[in-house]
Amino acid sequence: MAEMMYWQAILRAHDEEMARDPLVFAMGEDIGVAGGTYKATTGLFAKYGEQRVIDTPISENSYTGIGVGAAMVGCRPIVEIMSVNFAWLAMDQLMNNAAKVHYMSGGRIRCPFVMRVPGGTAHQLGAQHSARMEKVFMGISGLRVVTPSTPRDAYGLLKSAVRCDDPVVIIEHESMYNLKGEVPENEFFTPLEGCETIRPGRDLTIFAYNISVRWALEAADRLSKELGIEAEVVDLRALKPLDRAGIAASVRRTHRALVVEEDEAPVGVGSEVLAILSEECFFDLDAAPIRVHARDVPIPYNRQLEKAAIPNAGEVFAAARKILGK
Amino acid sequence: MDATDQKRLLREMLFARRFEERCAEAYQERQIGGFLHLYPGQEACAIGVLEKARPGHDYVITGYRDHIHAIKSGMDPKAAMAELYGKETGCSRGRGGSMHLFDPDSRFMGGYALVGGPFPLAAGFAKAIQMKGGDEISICFLGDGANNQGTFHETMNMASLWQLPVLFVCENNLYGIGTAIERATVETSQYLRVAPYRIAASQCDGQDIDVVMSEAEKAVTHVREKRQPYFLELMTYRLRGHSMSDSGAYRSREEVEQWARRDPISIYRTRLEAANILSEEDFQKMDLDIQNEIENEIVRFALESPEPRVEDLERYVYADGGPKPWLK
Repeated sequence: MAEMMYWQAILRAHDEEMARDPLVFAMGEDIGVAGGTYKATTGLFAKYGEQRVIDTPISENSYTGIGVGAAMVGCRPIVEIMSVNFAWLAMDQLMNNAAKVHYMSGGRIRCPFVMRVPGGTAHQLGAQHSARMEKVFMGISGLRVVTPSTPRDAYGLLKSAVRCDDPVVIIEHESMYNLKGEVPENEFFTPLEGCETIRPGRDLTIFAYNISVRWALEAADRLSKELGIEAEVVDLRALKPLDRAGIAASVRRTHRALVVEEDEAPVGVGSEVLAILSEECFFDLDAAPIRVHARDVPIPYNRQLEKAAIPNAGEVFAAARKILGK
Repeated sequence: MDATDQKRLLREMLFARRFEERCAEAYQERQIGGFLHLYPGQEACAIGVLEKARPGHDYVITGYRDHIHAIKSGMDPKAAMAELYGKETGCSRGRGGSMHLFDPDSRFMGGYALVGGPFPLAAGFAKAIQMKGGDEISICFLGDGANNQGTFHETMNMASLWQLPVLFVCENNLYGIGTAIERATVETSQYLRVAPYRIAASQCDGQDIDVVMSEAEKAVTHVREKRQPYFLELMTYRLRGHSMSDSGAYRSREEVEQWARRDPISIYRTRLEAANILSEEDFQKMDLDIQNEIENEIVRFALESPEPRVEDLERYVYADGGPKPWLK
């Protein structure tokens, strides 16, 4: 087991897949000569050359489409969008072509396309660099959407995504690239489907994904130490398809649930998980489930306002107490 | 080109015309649903260009007016008609419809409904060709209306920057849906618009298939041998509406009649008759044969084919049996 940073895990997955398969290539803004805004492709340009590590012009929609087209005829592109906010510009190619071509060709054309996007709020980047778009991606039929919360998953999910024959969006996080964690040295693949219980508990389930997993774990530790409450933390990890059975199974054990998401509440992961609980295990619930989520505002620049807009471990802790009446 | 090939080409254009006219009838009979964009008037474009390419080897992509591009690429017309009828035997198993014909076996990579959407996909096929090292080219047919999308400029830039083997064929039919080109575009000569991207380009008559083939041969050779993009503008006209719902209010009857005198089928037929390659009777027989084939084989196949099963509604959202290495 080696400890590595989130960006190093992504780099390792790129490197292994590119070494294995000459039709795997990477493209995006500043990923080649500059090594990538978050270093996730550092050194690949020197190793694989400009045909396979492509610095693109700032034309998100069309370089995404070039990746999609290449995927349709047998390549396995990994397209990096520098910031999820810019993915709005690529939505036409992602949603109308990548997500739909397999279905609308009656299954005759596969699209093994990978898009990596750092999402989320970081440090005072303002409204146009702090988007969280998971609610958009997870609402599109034909896409797979995954959200690594650790270096281990950042590696394993990219490995699986490159091998998968469906288009996959990987939502990384701007604040997590320097996060350290254990990553097994042997090659492995993290499932693109299904959630994972990363902390078992009996009193309630906290559903989280990506950066909110960290808030959930921190809150769970405090709940245990300060109040003797044992929270189960479930990393949703795959947002599309969302694991209905896994979500329901945890709540059938704990009978209480909260969902924590970095995104704004109206429409999103939290509402979807609550709908699943209502449909699958309403009578197993001992308390009304709660969502902890960002405020419904464009993310402000001011440090205090930004902090107030985004949830944190304290809010998760308070929400858990409310559910348990403690 | 010998007389046999010339007669075959005329037959292909006439077949295209009759196929599309039969689609219009089927639409009026409500056998075909959705939007239906027909090709009469533009036949020399797809057929002339692809005659000089290598269908089945080269990748072809286009927009929503796609039936004839698909058939000339090698799609079985029965599979095209069955798709329009929404049947399981359709080229897209009834999931696509008129605007989304696909036949990867003949490397016809699809019809797409978003104007300008295929530009980057075509460049992507060319990128894949470049990586694999084959001698294929990618051919993208779109209309003049597509050139006001961002994807046009973005893709021209990257196709030239990366020297991608892609032929862009602009079928300039003078209207973007129902808006005349001069009311939507400053530079109406489309081939001039790629000059800043340093892409070789030319413009020619799109109604005379001999002219189209002559220019297409140069364009295809340029892309195939130099491994770099080319932009070919064909001046053409659609004799029917944009789709089946078209008021026609945006153009005059005189204008349509004037272009009807430059009907690509009439031009070529007259030429072959003048050269004694084809007689009046030959043409009538050819036409009758085509109409019989369409009615007795193609439409009958579509009519008699089964509908997709409702139980299969969710099939093809994801790739069946695709790799799942995490299950190993």
